[in-house]
Amino acid sequence: MELKEKLIASFMAFENLVDIDLPVHDVRSEAIKQFESQGFPSKRDEAWKYTSLNSILKHDYSVFPKRENHIDYNEIKKYFIHDIDTYKIVFIDGKYSSHLSETTHDGIDVCLMSSALTKPKYRLIIENYFNKVATKDSLSSLNTAFSQEGAYIHIPKNKLVAKPIQIVHFSTGNEAALLMQPRNLIVVDENSHVQIIERHQSLTDNPVLTNSVTEIFANKRAIVDYYKIQNDNENASLIDSTFVNQKQESFASVHTFSFGGKLTRNNLNFYQNGERIDSTMKGITIIGNKQHVDHNTLVHHIEPNCESHQDYKGIYGDSSTGVFNGKVLVDKEAQKTNAFQANNNILLSDKASINTKPQLEIFADDVKCSHGCTIGQLDETAMFYMRSRGIPEKEAKALLMFAFSNNVMSSVKIPEIKQRITKIIANKLGVHIGFDL
Amino acid sequence: MTKYTEDDLREELKTKEYEYGFYTDMESDTFPIGLDEDVVRAISLKKEEPQWMTDWRLEAFRAWKDMLEPEWANVNYVKPDFQAISYYSAPNTKPKYDSLDEVDPELLETFKKLGISLDEQKALAGVAMDVVIDSVSVATTFKKTLNEKGIIFCSISEAIKEHPELVKKYIGTVVPQKDNFYAALNSAVFSDGSFCYIPKGVRCPMELSTYFRINQANTGQFERTLVIADEGSYVSYLEGCTAPSRDENQLHAAVVELIAMDDAEIKYSTVQNWFPGNAEGKGGVYNFVTKRGLCEKNAKISWTQVETGSAITWKYPSCILKGDNSVGEFYSIAVTNNHQQADTGTKMIHLGKNTKSTIISKGISAGRSQNSYRGLVQVSSRADNARNFSQCDSLLMGNDCGAHTFPYIEVKNKSAIIEHEATTSKIGEDQIFYCNQRGIDTEKAIALIVNGFSKEVLNKLPMEFAVEAQKLLEISLEGSVG
Repeated sequence: MELKEKLIASFMAFENLVDIDLPVHDVRSEAIKQFESQGFPSKRDEAWKYTSLNSILKHDYSVFPKRENHIDYNEIKKYFIHDIDTYKIVFIDGKYSSHLSETTHDGIDVCLMSSALTKPKYRLIIENYFNKVATKDSLSSLNTAFSQEGAYIHIPKNKLVAKPIQIVHFSTGNEAALLMQPRNLIVVDENSHVQIIERHQSLTDNPVLTNSVTEIFANKRAIVDYYKIQNDNENASLIDSTFVNQKQESFASVHTFSFGGKLTRNNLNFYQNGERIDSTMKGITIIGNKQHVDHNTLVHHIEPNCESHQDYKGIYGDSSTGVFNGKVLVDKEAQKTNAFQANNNILLSDKASINTKPQLEIFADDVKCSHGCTIGQLDETAMFYMRSRGIPEKEAKALLMFAFSNNVMSSVKIPEIKQRITKIIANKLGVHIGFDL
Repeated sequence: MTKYTEDDLREELKTKEYEYGFYTDMESDTFPIGLDEDVVRAISLKKEEPQWMTDWRLEAFRAWKDMLEPEWANVNYVKPDFQAISYYSAPNTKPKYDSLDEVDPELLETFKKLGISLDEQKALAGVAMDVVIDSVSVATTFKKTLNEKGIIFCSISEAIKEHPELVKKYIGTVVPQKDNFYAALNSAVFSDGSFCYIPKGVRCPMELSTYFRINQANTGQFERTLVIADEGSYVSYLEGCTAPSRDENQLHAAVVELIAMDDAEIKYSTVQNWFPGNAEGKGGVYNFVTKRGLCEKNAKISWTQVETGSAITWKYPSCILKGDNSVGEFYSIAVTNNHQQADTGTKMIHLGKNTKSTIISKGISAGRSQNSYRGLVQVSSRADNARNFSQCDSLLMGNDCGAHTFPYIEVKNKSAIIEHEATTSKIGEDQIFYCNQRGIDTEKAIALIVNGFSKEVLNKLPMEFAVEAQKLLEISLEGSVG
């Protein structure tokens, strides 16, 4: 059976598991119809021109994990940012693991989507925010149809969340092939501040596909700082769709670090519904083998006096392929917009390829919009300079790559993440770097 | 000092009527409307073409029937009804003239209004003109000089008759019949166009030039141009167009093929000023053009275009850099005003080693127009040391227009160096203030800034054409160019 048919059939089984009298179930039923009519995207769709899902859709994924699995914390400690105190929302094969998690209801809500969807005390938030910013494209609709579990974070007015929140998904490989569809909702009210770290990790070589949707609402003057660490093993694929809705004077940033995974697709959409908003989206991609990473970004400038900054760096080795498809849309009313987009790529191998399409669509005249895009190699004169001073080739290359990605690293606000990313990059390049960036 | 603000300019732009909108009243030999295989055969027969050409057209027509009109471009328009167009029209005068005196005086008047009086051109510029009114070549000048060098410069229908071996060998090699919807249509029904062949090692002593002009109501114009520069030769080719004011949309689907063999260089410059429609966006020409050049070893093709006209422009002059060390260049200014929509850009396909390409695109949008740059830079895995530099700048005037950039970059070779940058801005108040402060009034200041903005491209136009380009820019942005 084709995956599409299987999923549509599974929806009926899914209806037996959830409370279908809730209003949210209407949203789900609507979404499955949407998915049924659209199907999976193909290369014929402009947005998927350079990314084919064929290779990851052929597996016979199980949609519902059969039982809860237990993992010992010591085995997976390394996948957490463990050197600082954090809230944790941990899922194993799509099921919540209370044993590994550390949630809270003390002034702020850091808990589960499944309880938020069913408990009356969250009803207002769910009604106002759930599925309000996610688009109706086929994969997001598929996620909406099966939306049940994920992280639910609500920060009320004037709260500074003392420690970062980690959202971690593990897959144990107990299923031959597993499809997970986490659904996250993050609402940050006026003047509040939150930092979130998200990670997906597969613990075996069994194929895993994650189709994740995250909705983020940054209300007035809220600050949301989001980090995505993608360093999964090479049988795991991730389709991540993140939608950020910003109100006036809010500040939202999303940093995406893509090092692992077989196929990674990041859909990142920012909607600026207010004045004087700042949006930042940055990413570092370092991949090799046959890996594929696709960054698809959109910043929609709707109101005046807003800014957006995009900076994506990619280093592609072996037979890897990279895609960057960035779009800046400036509405007629969005005067005095300042939008900047940069995409720099380095190809290390003749089999690697990069397809990039930085787009600007501008309808307002008093704006400053620019984009830059480069594809090149490591600077040979810089290499020569270092090697003539006794730095071995490998280390010299690594230094240049660190320097290349430093623009992105410099805006990371949690030092432990910086250290972790530096370590991951050093491991990837097989060098030891004796300093912190 | 009279205060001249951007608002005044905008007002002027809005009200500025198409100056060159006039209609020459001449009897024409026009086909009834509609398109089927018989019409294709009839066109071929009319042009006294050999059988292979008729077959070639029919093959294209059969392919076209099954093709769909492309919809990916960032333009909105009422699709032309291809069965409501007459596919052939020729001025009803004697086919050839020996001197200007024999030419229909009304026709000469038309040229005068356009500012291209033939005798003046002959005397002054040293430009050989292959003047096309509607679809048949009417006059060819300076043929003798060219003949001495062995250069063939004639209409394509003449070339089909007199140099069939060249046409047969090269036509459709760069833009195949089935390349795209409009190219297929053109291949089936092209009425005329220019043909140019520069023999080995010859440097063409003058700028070759053609004027296209749509003249007959409801007649699509399907030009076909083929330029072949043999090994080590050089040619600079100019193309310019103006069209009379008309209320119905006119379709223009041209195909231009350039072939630059080893060490050859072709410089192809266009000034396009088809009727853009009136201030309400009514009428205007649909310009769906396929232009492509093929570069062999060490060859160079340079496209320069100044696009000021057309209601809809759909045009991507491209270079296939097949040979090692070949060079492709694209310099463009696209000005849109009122309801004009332009989706234009280029494709640089790097296949050979050490190939280089440069793209400079300047878009100026005013009124309610939409101006898009759409480009592709592709580096194949064998194209070692490919180099590309692209720059797309947009200038917005007023708040009802849009500027869009859609660059596609596909690289499969690690030694490639690709740079792309784009900016969008308006004329800065600080810039105007700076000029005002130094005694330059606002009108001049705007002129200065727009001029400066497009200078990089204007500089690339051949001397003989620069005046014409200035004139055409004036029509679109009068008041801003001093």
